[in-house]
Amino acid sequence: MSSIKLRCQVDYSGFVLDVELSIPAQGITGILGPSGSGKTTLLRALAGLDRHAGSVVSVAGEVWQSEDDFLPVHERRLGYVFQESGLFAHLNVRDNIEYGHRRAVQRSPMEPLVSLLNLGDLLDRDVATLSGGERQRVAIARALAANPRVLLMDEPLSGLDVARRSEIMPYLESLHQELEIPIVYVSHALEEIARLSDQVVVLENGAVVANGPVAEVFTRLDLPPAHWDAAAAVIEAQVVANEDDQLVQLKFSGGSLLVPALNYVSEDVRLQVAARDVSLTLEHQSGTSILNILKVTVTDIAEDEPGQVLVQLDAGGTALLSRVTGRSARELDLKRGQSLFAQVKGAAVLR
Amino acid sequence: MRALFALLLVLYAQGLYAADVSVAVASNFVATAHELAGSFEAETGYTVTLSPGSTGKHYAQIRHGAPFDVFLAADAERPELLCDEGLASPDTLYSYAFGRLVLWSKDLPVSDTAIANGLNDNSFRFLAIANPELAPYGRAAREYLEAGSLWGRLSGKLVRGENVAQAMQYVDSGNAQLALVAASLTLGQPGNVWPVPVELYAPIEQQAVLLKSSPAASAFMQFLQSEVARKIIVANGYYLP
Amino acid sequence: MITPEDINALLLTLRLAFVSTAVLLVAGTPLAWWLAHTTRAVKPVCEALVALPLVLPPTVLGFYLLIALGPDGPVGGLMQFFGATPLAFTFAGLVVGSVIYSLPFVVQPLQDTFASIGRRPAEVAATLGASPVDRFFTVTLPLARRGFVTAAVLGFAHTLGEFGVVLMIGGNIPGVTRVASIAVYDHVERLNYAGAHSLSLSLIAISFLLLLAVYGFNRRLRILPV
Repeated sequence: MSSIKLRCQVDYSGFVLDVELSIPAQGITGILGPSGSGKTTLLRALAGLDRHAGSVVSVAGEVWQSEDDFLPVHERRLGYVFQESGLFAHLNVRDNIEYGHRRAVQRSPMEPLVSLLNLGDLLDRDVATLSGGERQRVAIARALAANPRVLLMDEPLSGLDVARRSEIMPYLESLHQELEIPIVYVSHALEEIARLSDQVVVLENGAVVANGPVAEVFTRLDLPPAHWDAAAAVIEAQVVANEDDQLVQLKFSGGSLLVPALNYVSEDVRLQVAARDVSLTLEHQSGTSILNILKVTVTDIAEDEPGQVLVQLDAGGTALLSRVTGRSARELDLKRGQSLFAQVKGAAVLR
Repeated sequence: MRALFALLLVLYAQGLYAADVSVAVASNFVATAHELAGSFEAETGYTVTLSPGSTGKHYAQIRHGAPFDVFLAADAERPELLCDEGLASPDTLYSYAFGRLVLWSKDLPVSDTAIANGLNDNSFRFLAIANPELAPYGRAAREYLEAGSLWGRLSGKLVRGENVAQAMQYVDSGNAQLALVAASLTLGQPGNVWPVPVELYAPIEQQAVLLKSSPAASAFMQFLQSEVARKIIVANGYYLP
Repeated sequence: MITPEDINALLLTLRLAFVSTAVLLVAGTPLAWWLAHTTRAVKPVCEALVALPLVLPPTVLGFYLLIALGPDGPVGGLMQFFGATPLAFTFAGLVVGSVIYSLPFVVQPLQDTFASIGRRPAEVAATLGASPVDRFFTVTLPLARRGFVTAAVLGFAHTLGEFGVVLMIGGNIPGVTRVASIAVYDHVERLNYAGAHSLSLSLIAISFLLLLAVYGFNRRLRILPV
């Protein structure tokens, strides 16, 4: 399988980035890390927007930068979506999208893109009149109109409010399905990465601390994401049946789950289960309002915040996380290999 | 030459402060006036301030109330106008010097045929004169050139300075090769000088007039007519009747 | 009434202003671009040099220019070496003087505009496949429209009023270097106030109408958010 390789060392005053990584040249790879971890620097180095001596970049076998060579940005077939959209103020929406289209090495028709991102009504509009979400959709269309070999996205949702973000998410998800090119998606938001990525690279203080499938990286207790406030496990499930009372039954390797009924487009569903929403009992409880009780085995335990403990669980091959108090952990005498029940209070359907 | 120009700028910029006698003096006469002033100050103890410039400018300034005591012009016309306008004392009006027009160059040979030859073989790019509309030496230069039927032929090669000093500066900086200027300015300057025959231009009668009566100013006017003063004036390239 | 010579002087002045402004826009744009984006240590030195004509008396500028253009000066000497015609007392010489004299009036607004546009639009254009020249003309220039108008207007207006430099290096040649400002000066010197009035008023009227036209056009250009 071909890959995107990057080796980069950057030393600004007070900030060091030192990475060497290889990510797949297909699907969506998320680059996750807190502010200041070097995500944007990494993405810009990959794109060639900043040129750092000694960096090596190759995409699907094509060398973009090496010891002796540097392919200028405009000669790389890439698409880049900036955090603040960067739409050209002097052009309307259509001309913005055409800007990339016109310069594409091989031009494919623009219509599919316009309808994919639902921009039909906006084409003649002045850029200044667009909302944040509309701007980002135009920016994405513009980047894709240039027919890139890889799409790079730098925290495209950071500048948007919650409403706009949920408005745009479906479009990003559809990109995943519709595009054959790899997408590298930088964000500090766990949920965005969880929702969109197949693979995730975790950056901390300018270094790569994890690089692997999302479900695995998020539930390993030796990696940062499990220790974040929003720590969650990612579950792939299938829709089994629609229940009468606004609930839907899902099935996954660890059993079944009931979630609120929404319009599910496909049979395959990805769920996010937050560590704080999973509590543990030694016996299967009855007479509780929690509907989802799963049989699990403890696979790992780690200290978290003072007085808090993180527990990694295995449910039929799917990993889950639970965050409990230190006292509970002692009273339940939690240890590796122990069998118990996980009560899942809420599961957010990502897609 | 540069020093003289710088001196002119400095003197001009200085403005008039309260000296005993403040004199508006034509640019071509400045160096001479300096010598005269030195001699006068030594003899009488009065202090003198000199303000060099073009006679036209001085005339306009005096008409608008500039506080000069004595006017040493480069022509007769402007002092006479001031007398007519009641701004100067007619009985003090007299010719203090007669100017000589000379052809001057740093490297080119000068003679009565220099300009004509130069036109024929294109040996000079520009001839500098003072602006004939404003400066008497410029007017004299024009008269000389017209007398020799050269004026029309020179049209593309003639540059006009605000005054003879600027005309000289054009040549000194090498941008013009010939100049028709006052003899007094060329004394002590390295270069070639050819005096234009006085009959070829109307005499440059430089007249002096008293503007404001005061013991010091009157003393200065008297001094200008003394033997000592006349010697200085002639030594500087002017002539006197 | 206005004489043919004065009309000549006016036309000469307008020609000088147009040519100088054009030269400054072409030569000043790369300089302004570089100043807006460079982080080299030499930047303040360059900025001070560009701003120098703002503070120098025009006569000082003209004085040194006259010396520099002469055969013994650095510029004149070099030109003489290559057999080029000297610049003093020529229209070309006036253009050189005007370009130096009006330099900061063109470069500074352009620099400010480029700096406020920043690097992002050009970066975006690069990711979309635009080469450096392409992105300069298709993105940077259009976004900098207003800055260009300001720079052109300032440079033009400043040159219209140029006097001190021309006084030093012009030589007052009718039709060649006798610009309107010098002509007015001469009229005043000769106490021809009527002539001075008619020429001055004509110059004011023409300048005002030109500026009005330019600002009217500029108003139609939207302020582009960047």
